[in-house]
Amino acid sequence: MSSTIELHTKGGGFLLGEVTADQVFTPEDFTDEHKMIAKTTEDFVVGKVVPETEKLENHQFDVSRRLLTQAGELGLLGADVPEKYGGIGLDKISSTLITEKFSRAGSFSLSQGAHVGIGSLPIVFFGNEEQKSKYLPDLATGTKIAAYALTEPSSGSDALGAKTTAVLNDAGTHYKLTGEKQWITNSAFADVFIVYAKIDGEHFSAFIVDREIEGVSTGPEEKKMGIKGSSTRTLILDNAHVPKENLLGEAGRGHIIAFNILNVGRYKLGVGCVGGSKRGIELSAKYANERKQFKVPIASFRGIQEKLATMASETYALESSIYRTGGLFEEQLGRLSETEQEDGGKVAGAIAEYAIECSLNKFYGSETLDYVVDEAVQIHGGYGFMAEYEVERAYRDSRINRIFEGTNEINRLLVPGTIMRKAMKGELPFLEEAKKLQSEIMSMMPEEPGSEPLEQEKMLLKNLKKVFLLVSGSAAQKYGKGLDQEQELLFNSADIVSDIYSMESAILRTEKAMNKNGAEKENMKIMLTQVFCQEAVNRIEAHAKESIIHMEEGDSLRTMLSILRKLTRHTPTDVIRIKRTIAEKVLKEERYVI
Amino acid sequence: MNIFVLMKRTFDTEEKIIIENGRIDEEGAEFIVNPYDEYALEEAIVLKEAHGGEITVVTVGEEEAEKELRTALAMGADKAVLLNMEDMDEAIDHYTIGEVLTAYFKDQEADIILGGNVAVDDGAGQVASRLAEGLQMNQVTTITKLDIEGTKVTIERDVEGDVEIVETSLPLLVTCQQGLNDPRYPSLPGIMKAKKKPLETIDFDDLDLDEEEIAAKTTTTDRFLPPEKGAGKILEGSTESQAQQLVELLKSEAKVI
Repeated sequence: MSSTIELHTKGGGFLLGEVTADQVFTPEDFTDEHKMIAKTTEDFVVGKVVPETEKLENHQFDVSRRLLTQAGELGLLGADVPEKYGGIGLDKISSTLITEKFSRAGSFSLSQGAHVGIGSLPIVFFGNEEQKSKYLPDLATGTKIAAYALTEPSSGSDALGAKTTAVLNDAGTHYKLTGEKQWITNSAFADVFIVYAKIDGEHFSAFIVDREIEGVSTGPEEKKMGIKGSSTRTLILDNAHVPKENLLGEAGRGHIIAFNILNVGRYKLGVGCVGGSKRGIELSAKYANERKQFKVPIASFRGIQEKLATMASETYALESSIYRTGGLFEEQLGRLSETEQEDGGKVAGAIAEYAIECSLNKFYGSETLDYVVDEAVQIHGGYGFMAEYEVERAYRDSRINRIFEGTNEINRLLVPGTIMRKAMKGELPFLEEAKKLQSEIMSMMPEEPGSEPLEQEKMLLKNLKKVFLLVSGSAAQKYGKGLDQEQELLFNSADIVSDIYSMESAILRTEKAMNKNGAEKENMKIMLTQVFCQEAVNRIEAHAKESIIHMEEGDSLRTMLSILRKLTRHTPTDVIRIKRTIAEKVLKEERYVI
Repeated sequence: MNIFVLMKRTFDTEEKIIIENGRIDEEGAEFIVNPYDEYALEEAIVLKEAHGGEITVVTVGEEEAEKELRTALAMGADKAVLLNMEDMDEAIDHYTIGEVLTAYFKDQEADIILGGNVAVDDGAGQVASRLAEGLQMNQVTTITKLDIEGTKVTIERDVEGDVEIVETSLPLLVTCQQGLNDPRYPSLPGIMKAKKKPLETIDFDDLDLDEEEIAAKTTTTDRFLPPEKGAGKILEGSTESQAQQLVELLKSEAKVI
């Protein structure tokens, strides 16, 4: 395998080379400022937002607006807006921490997130000088609130199939927008909407639409399963007169904006899931210690302990992956010159390099959170089904994450799809590596890992990257362009990639901490990593096997399966034993602890 | 106005206290600005907004306290001073801290010094008063309202739930009680600015102090957690016999009457 230094900074590059601990950003690398920003956010959310939960859930949107204004006063809405336009222009790790800490605010985190993310970023990235000066100062301080309108009743995942049209008037001064946008977060109180419409029914484009202009209205509040405290309505455009100057980016190039914004949206969604998962663990551990059955706290039952330990190890892998991705953004942005950094399009491009990682963060994040809140309800038993317990709301609120910002299915398809596209463009040496593997695989000798902590996991990781090449390379070879039709294989391939990214992120984070503090002090991180890796290996093995069985037959099937066995050979870890120790610590501290 | 704030780094109030060998285990614990000192800091910022001037926040401690000083700077203080005790070989108690602060403040021209009413960790409430005595300065404790006009000061203070109104004059030391104000959160621009604000470290021995003279006047002989709450007892029988039993138990078991 090639192990060029740059490969690790290329989106998807981690699959094709070795990455070292000093090349990744980890939560242990937070600066004092990062920690202070996180604390301000947490204090604000716990002190000001959480007490208003009931009002928010009952659609008292004046409370949402007031809280957004207060958040704006603290600078919590301006992290991604450059100083030049009234924001604070912080690094991506700071804005990631703000998003993570906001997740505690339940559905209010959607109001904040939609405003600073998909609502404001299109202007930050793609607005011209006039548009930025006009809108960003108000958006960065919360004087005005933004919303994002892409989805339509008949176009969800197929976003480019939008039916909303824009027609330039005879005088050539205004576009007339007509159509319906559906499920628009913040729609009850947003002042500014980013709206996608097709000019003359053909050229997909983005517009900044002020609420106050004629022809703009919203439908009734939707009745939803969760995130009830966020406003969701239809945006109705009936010959809305939008000034020509409000066309965002170039006419007919709206898809560039949409796809770039989705990358950030997906990443931020994953970030929120880190915060939500930690809260789920905290609530579950507290409850398990309090609740007595058969005269003992249910925390003393090993079945409950197992749940808590698995929740913790999955959350650890997710947190490691998310902050690693955030670190990649920062590294990529750091390579831009100062003038380039002011060019939003360049910034968006730097982030788009990691479209694969963003998709992984999105689907793995939302599935981790869904798993954690499901077990949190289970640990609470009947009480978890009752609305006065926080986990009941967390459970309902979690479900949408697997659907919006591109369903998890769409995001899974994007992972192998983007890898193949990058390979074809010569950006990733995927095909070369797959070929190289074919020639070396027959003569491959099994390696014995050393006895230091995580050596086996590191050896396996290296081999699992080969499993990915083996399975995906064979699929590409066998189906060619027809691979699009083999969605089950593509899903399996995405799952393998996801587990590899999470495993590697957890291993490298733990290794980085061990290098600094020694293995003894980082025992909890080692255990969380060992558990996650063992379970990820099991999943990868199953996904690879199922794919091979579908693709091959006869001798070739037997050969491929034996290669798979060789590549996944290891001495299995006793996860039951380790999980008991993990759970002990989680229960003692009653929170996610590393 | 030359405003000073006394600040202490304390255990996060949400932390579980673990005592090992008579010492509180600080491993992995989170620390915060003492919440009562936040009232002092907020009041200082309000004073500065009304009267102008400069806010210096002062703490006695070790290098780790720089983090809490930065938080105070992020909230709005202009300068921070750490009186560093790292090289002190003798034991430290409230007397020591009072002496160190007094020595530092002898060279300062403070119009007003604000401190918390108590620290949430040991709850002694001694240090600010010791400092006022050391400086021979007016002091008013547990204040809940503060008005300054020229050098005339009108204060409301909390007296076991009642309110007492006190008039005095600057220079003055006050300790702040809950209810005085609602401390602000450090804003993000504040946090970014705090990095660039001056934070001065002064070793205690640079204050012309003799280690032995300022050594602790007290020794802590033991520390222990309150006994764990046992299971409750439900008395049975007629109301009269329950009352009888209760009186018995209060005498014989709880020994409170």
